[in-house]
Amino acid sequence: MTSVLRIGSGLAMALVAMLPATGADAQGTLQKVKDRGQLACGVNTGIAGFSAPDDKGNWAGIDVDLCRAIAAAIFNDSSKVKFVPLTAKERFTALQSGEIDVLSRNTTWTMSRDTSAGMNFAGINYFDGQGFMVNTALNVKSAKELSGASICVQTGTTTELNVADYFRQTGMTYKPVVFEKLPETIAAYNAGRCDVFTSDASQLYATRLTLGNPADHIVLPEIISKEPLGPAVRQGDAQWGNIVRWTYFALVNAEELGVTSQNLDQMLESNNPEIRRLLGKEGEFGVGIGLGNDWAYQAIKAVGNYGESFDRNLGEGSRLKISRGQNALWRDGGLQYAPPIR
Amino acid sequence: MVGDGERRISRGGFSGGIRNLAYDPAARGIALQILLVLAIAAIGLEIVSNAVSNLARQGITSGFGFLNHTSGFDISQKLIAYANTSTYARAFWVGLLNTLLVAALGIMLSTVIGFAVGIARLSSNWLIARLAGLYVEVLRNIPPLLMLFAFYFAVLKALPAPRESIVLPLSSYLNVRGLTVPKPMLEAGAGYVGIAFVLALVLAAIIAGWARRLQLATGKTFPTLWTGMALIVFLPAIAFFAAGQPVQFDTPQLGRFNVMGGLTLLPELVALTLGLSLYTAAFIAEIVRSGIVGVPKGQKEASAALGLNERQTMRLVVIPQAMRIIIPPLTNQYLNLTKNSSLAVAIGYPDLVSVFAGTVLNQTNQAIEVIVIVMAVYLFISVVTSLLMNWFNARMALVER
Repeated sequence: MTSVLRIGSGLAMALVAMLPATGADAQGTLQKVKDRGQLACGVNTGIAGFSAPDDKGNWAGIDVDLCRAIAAAIFNDSSKVKFVPLTAKERFTALQSGEIDVLSRNTTWTMSRDTSAGMNFAGINYFDGQGFMVNTALNVKSAKELSGASICVQTGTTTELNVADYFRQTGMTYKPVVFEKLPETIAAYNAGRCDVFTSDASQLYATRLTLGNPADHIVLPEIISKEPLGPAVRQGDAQWGNIVRWTYFALVNAEELGVTSQNLDQMLESNNPEIRRLLGKEGEFGVGIGLGNDWAYQAIKAVGNYGESFDRNLGEGSRLKISRGQNALWRDGGLQYAPPIR
Repeated sequence: MVGDGERRISRGGFSGGIRNLAYDPAARGIALQILLVLAIAAIGLEIVSNAVSNLARQGITSGFGFLNHTSGFDISQKLIAYANTSTYARAFWVGLLNTLLVAALGIMLSTVIGFAVGIARLSSNWLIARLAGLYVEVLRNIPPLLMLFAFYFAVLKALPAPRESIVLPLSSYLNVRGLTVPKPMLEAGAGYVGIAFVLALVLAAIIAGWARRLQLATGKTFPTLWTGMALIVFLPAIAFFAAGQPVQFDTPQLGRFNVMGGLTLLPELVALTLGLSLYTAAFIAEIVRSGIVGVPKGQKEASAALGLNERQTMRLVVIPQAMRIIIPPLTNQYLNLTKNSSLAVAIGYPDLVSVFAGTVLNQTNQAIEVIVIVMAVYLFISVVTSLLMNWFNARMALVER
């Protein structure tokens, strides 16, 4: 059954590509979303802090927040989102075939994905890097000691390639065990099939909390790759790409300007021209990307600024307690930087 | 019909010939078929050209050039030499061979279990018959994916960590990472052992033919099975020692994380083979039972009347006739098993779907090309299996005398 679905997703893509070109693309993604009355947003099937359904079936996470912010910017209503949970392998096909409008699923921005795969990345909402998690019983302190280890990996990610590169560079050997889905990968690691579970560091911290006794597992200090995670859209619709990119920039700019979901309405009266432009009191910036002038106001009202979203999902306000690190604002020594609205 | 039409055409003149052609059912049939083929070809061409232009419009690379690019990833089980510096094409062959390996093992094992259970269901022993019935009812009603998970995680739970490996004779180790045995490495002279093996097979076949003719001519029986087995065991053994034992062993050593060196049988392969075999065997058992029940009772009575005992009746009279009923649905089960082996990806076995339609597809993003190749491969495997089984069926068919 799984294999049927798996081949099915590839087939769906093939079939879509085989249909004659229609006016659908010429119409533009924004118009399609408006006609549908809903944004179709591809998210992770379940990774705490990024996108995971809670026990009531409500989605939460930093990637989910971005979808809600985009929906709020378009419809003034952050609930008009259909979340489409996707495995690592299904995600690009879902975007390319038009099943989803935006892929907001902790996806690494790489050159081949940004060019030959027919996608464009709209920004980096989380700077990540790949790491290793091991059981403390193995008494391993560094990734340099891992020669000969068995490593559990989830397929359909950049992870497989990074591990191979790292071990090739350092002249060490390893034995890969590759699974399609995260739960089986973790179950196999937990059963001792592998010594190491490797993934993006944020995912390792999230996974660690789900294991029987988190204190039995440590994340090794080495980060072996750059994993800039961000939302992606289909190539060939610049307006739609702008909407996704500038919604994300608006959230970052809001944090920089001190605009939060709490003080939003007082900020409408602010004299600061940057804040006035962000919230649509001056200029026609929202209209310029095909939305209402209060697009950023609506987005911030729905999910808060970037910092609020981070704290709620990944930072101190969450179980993960991940420090801002590289994801702090540029003026605080991090990498989050948004071009100005003017 | 065709001959009739030709005669009519040849009788008419040239202009009459055209008119006759239009009214001739055979010629009309051929013309319509040509039109149909052309229409299908046109639709196919339209689909391909649409796909190519749509992909180009979406900015997605197409074509098969990626097969020669470096793969960059590793695979846990490889039957041919492969490293992360090999090409995607090489990764394809590794995946394909892994699929064929599990399919071949599964077909053999499920056939043995299936025949045993099917015959056991007809046993006069109440307990054996009921147990076989229970096996069939339980196993064929569980989805194969669940069985794979159950077997895989049962295997993992049952076995110890590498450092607490169960040490077996001949410096073999059994642990949660698999069974590691010394790896034989052939040296010069090993070829003689192979030649002796082939020679033994040929000799055994000649003796079997001779014994059969002897029995038909004189009614005397000859212990063909024992002679053949003795030949196949002893001839290569003699050659092995005569050539000065031309095999070295790479003995496994316990390393920091894993047992290093040697030849490892992965738990994924064991779980997949067991899961698929036990599941398919339940269906095969029912096919075997129906085949045996389908042989008329009179056949058994007749062979008993001829003085054959129960075993001989089964082997010489019932099974050969039952095979005619068994083989066609058995082919279906073999095909199902081969296709079900694509569930491997769920438990981390590197089969074709996992390696090629998984990792390669993800790294190259060329979904259409990869899926087309994988579908073509499964079609090819299925067609070849069917042809082999059809040939076997034709051989087993009842020869009317």
